[in-house]
Amino acid sequence: MTKKIILGALAVAGLSAGAAAAATLDDVKARGNLNCGVTTGLTGFAAPDANGVWEGFDVGVCRAVAAAVFGDPMAVEFTPTTGQTRFTALSSGEIDMLARNTTWTFTRDVDLKFEFTGVNYYDGQGFMVPKALGVSSAKDLDGATVCIQTGTTTELNLADYFRANNISYEPVPIETNAEAQQQYLANACDVYTTDASGLAATRATFENPGDHVVLPEIISKEPLGPLVRHGDSEWGDIVRWTLNALIVAEELGVTSANIDELVAGTNNPEINRLLGTEGELGPMLGLETDWAVNAIKAGGNYGELFEKNIGENTPIGLSRGLNAQWTDGGLLYAPPFR
Amino acid sequence: MTTMSDPPRESFRLSQLIYDTRYRSLTIQVVATILLAVMIFWLINNTVQNLAALGKDFDFGFLGQRAGYDINQRLLEYSSASTHGKAALIGILNTLLVAFLGCILATVLGVIAGVLRLSSNWVVARLMAVYVEGFRNVPLLLWIIAIFAVMTESTPSPRDFREGGSASMMLGDTLAVTNRGVYVPMPVWGPGSWVVVVVFLLSLVGIFAYRRLARKRQEATGQILPVFRVSLALFFLPAILAYFVMGGPVSLNYPELGGFNFDGGLHLRNSLIALWLALSLYTGAFIAEIVRGGILSVSKGQTEASFALGLRPNRTMNLVVLPQAMRVIVPPLISQYLNLTKNSSLAIAVGYMDARSTLGGITINQTGRELEGMLLLGAFYLVLSLAISGVMNIYNASIKLKER
Repeated sequence: MTKKIILGALAVAGLSAGAAAAATLDDVKARGNLNCGVTTGLTGFAAPDANGVWEGFDVGVCRAVAAAVFGDPMAVEFTPTTGQTRFTALSSGEIDMLARNTTWTFTRDVDLKFEFTGVNYYDGQGFMVPKALGVSSAKDLDGATVCIQTGTTTELNLADYFRANNISYEPVPIETNAEAQQQYLANACDVYTTDASGLAATRATFENPGDHVVLPEIISKEPLGPLVRHGDSEWGDIVRWTLNALIVAEELGVTSANIDELVAGTNNPEINRLLGTEGELGPMLGLETDWAVNAIKAGGNYGELFEKNIGENTPIGLSRGLNAQWTDGGLLYAPPFR
Repeated sequence: MTTMSDPPRESFRLSQLIYDTRYRSLTIQVVATILLAVMIFWLINNTVQNLAALGKDFDFGFLGQRAGYDINQRLLEYSSASTHGKAALIGILNTLLVAFLGCILATVLGVIAGVLRLSSNWVVARLMAVYVEGFRNVPLLLWIIAIFAVMTESTPSPRDFREGGSASMMLGDTLAVTNRGVYVPMPVWGPGSWVVVVVFLLSLVGIFAYRRLARKRQEATGQILPVFRVSLALFFLPAILAYFVMGGPVSLNYPELGGFNFDGGLHLRNSLIALWLALSLYTGAFIAEIVRGGILSVSKGQTEASFALGLRPNRTMNLVVLPQAMRVIVPPLISQYLNLTKNSSLAIAVGYMDARSTLGGITINQTGRELEGMLLLGAFYLVLSLAISGVMNIYNASIKLKER
């Protein structure tokens, strides 16, 4: 008798473990907050401020998704992940989405069973060296000691690049950006390599940023974007279209400042559909009609998020470059809201 | 005729399984076994179901794929074009290297500290107490990182060795201590150098044979041959002689500053040194306590009897106390070796590329084969631990009290 109950309980537990993969939206709603994986700290992209509140460009995406689901951008639980722990955290269900400078690659999408929901930053891998070394090109780095975050695509690009150019190097594997920074500043490595945006963000926190240069070579394509688990397309759609809403909002001139006026109604049907005053786009996603309004209000549209966190007026000082709207010669091109 | 009544027939009732002491223990064992089997079945079943739900299969084929990443410390030929299996092998060798070096240094440190802690010299005994308590009461990870940080922050970078720099090489320009590691001269094995190596190995065999001879002679005649001086001579002279006879086939390759780093020589990376020192100091503190306990376990009467026979303190320790203490020391020593080996998996903290960092880190991350990678890693540590304890058990059997 007892044994039967135990067996029954085990069977139920097994079934529920199996079913947990589906319907992330319901889980998130039941929990009352979104679990979002971010870096362990990269200024401008995801780092806690003086009060311990996470902020940054990637954090902005998480907050927009939380706002779209709950109407509250603060309903997010942030989980700091390293390059090595991020995928396990996502596939085990510990986090609902990952927004951590993660490069969209074929194997990650197909073999690791993830679903990339778009690109929020078009990046490429670069090298940073102290000015005093007098190095002007990555091809001069023969024999250099290179600090590198382990478990990343940059690790593979680095090996490929040096191999292709037939120059040698000594890799120093590092777990987090903070450790890499410490090693680099202690001169334990000559070069620090990661995504160019990460280099800029790291350099911005140095005491004398001017003493370090980012070399001109960009050795890879690094489309960074938020990702979710395979197998729950509804949840993937929510993340994808929240990101698209931020991008299209910039394109249509919808900002956090003028959104309250625009919600009253405009002559532009696409703005009306985006803001939920026309059509039923929100309910199609399983959300409220004003989901996009909340998402845009959370931190502003894509352009506002960019300027506030990593733009030219911040210490990080990244220009829009590839990340400008397609109308401005960039790559940002959100599908139509229709 | 006497009437024989049948003995009452024992009828078996189910309740006997619990209330009858003859069956009770059997019942408990059977139930426990079934529960355990159910548990294991559930774990496996759950894994299979969840893997299926995630759409993942269970496949070790990734070991044959191109790894694509570089490893700085490699004992075998390896490049980013090698396979994940090769990368795992490089990592395994690095684990073995640091575990081997660590076990030796930890034993040396531990024995010295353990004996000195019993010293009658107050200052020495207290110093050793500080060492033991300081190291075994602070987590190992902190020691690894602390030693690594000190070595990185307090030593000059290779740039400082240039003309007009603040640092210079030591021991007549043969040794360079930098914040990337220590560069020492490396022997280069030229043609004919195998003769020197063979001669050296033969002289080792010679030393062993001579010691046996000396012991036999002493047991038979009581005559004591000078063992130490002859061993020392045997150790050095034949090899040096062979070296000159062959015309100096073994040369040294000195480290030289070139480009960003030192070229040539043997590069002992900071990660290896920090991990090695931290593991040895930490485990050495435990071994010191084991040695101390072992020595204290030999009754004082043994020492007094030895002194009464006229043996000097040195010989008393070597011939009377230590052989008896070893019987107490060796079994817990095995556990310490196993601990050290497994603790070496903390290597990733300082970027040392051991099995955990290659197979259990980068490979898993690049291929997404967490389950397979972790199972392989677990199996590796299991086999390694069993091998170490197997060897040590043989040693233990050779020194334990032989009852005849």
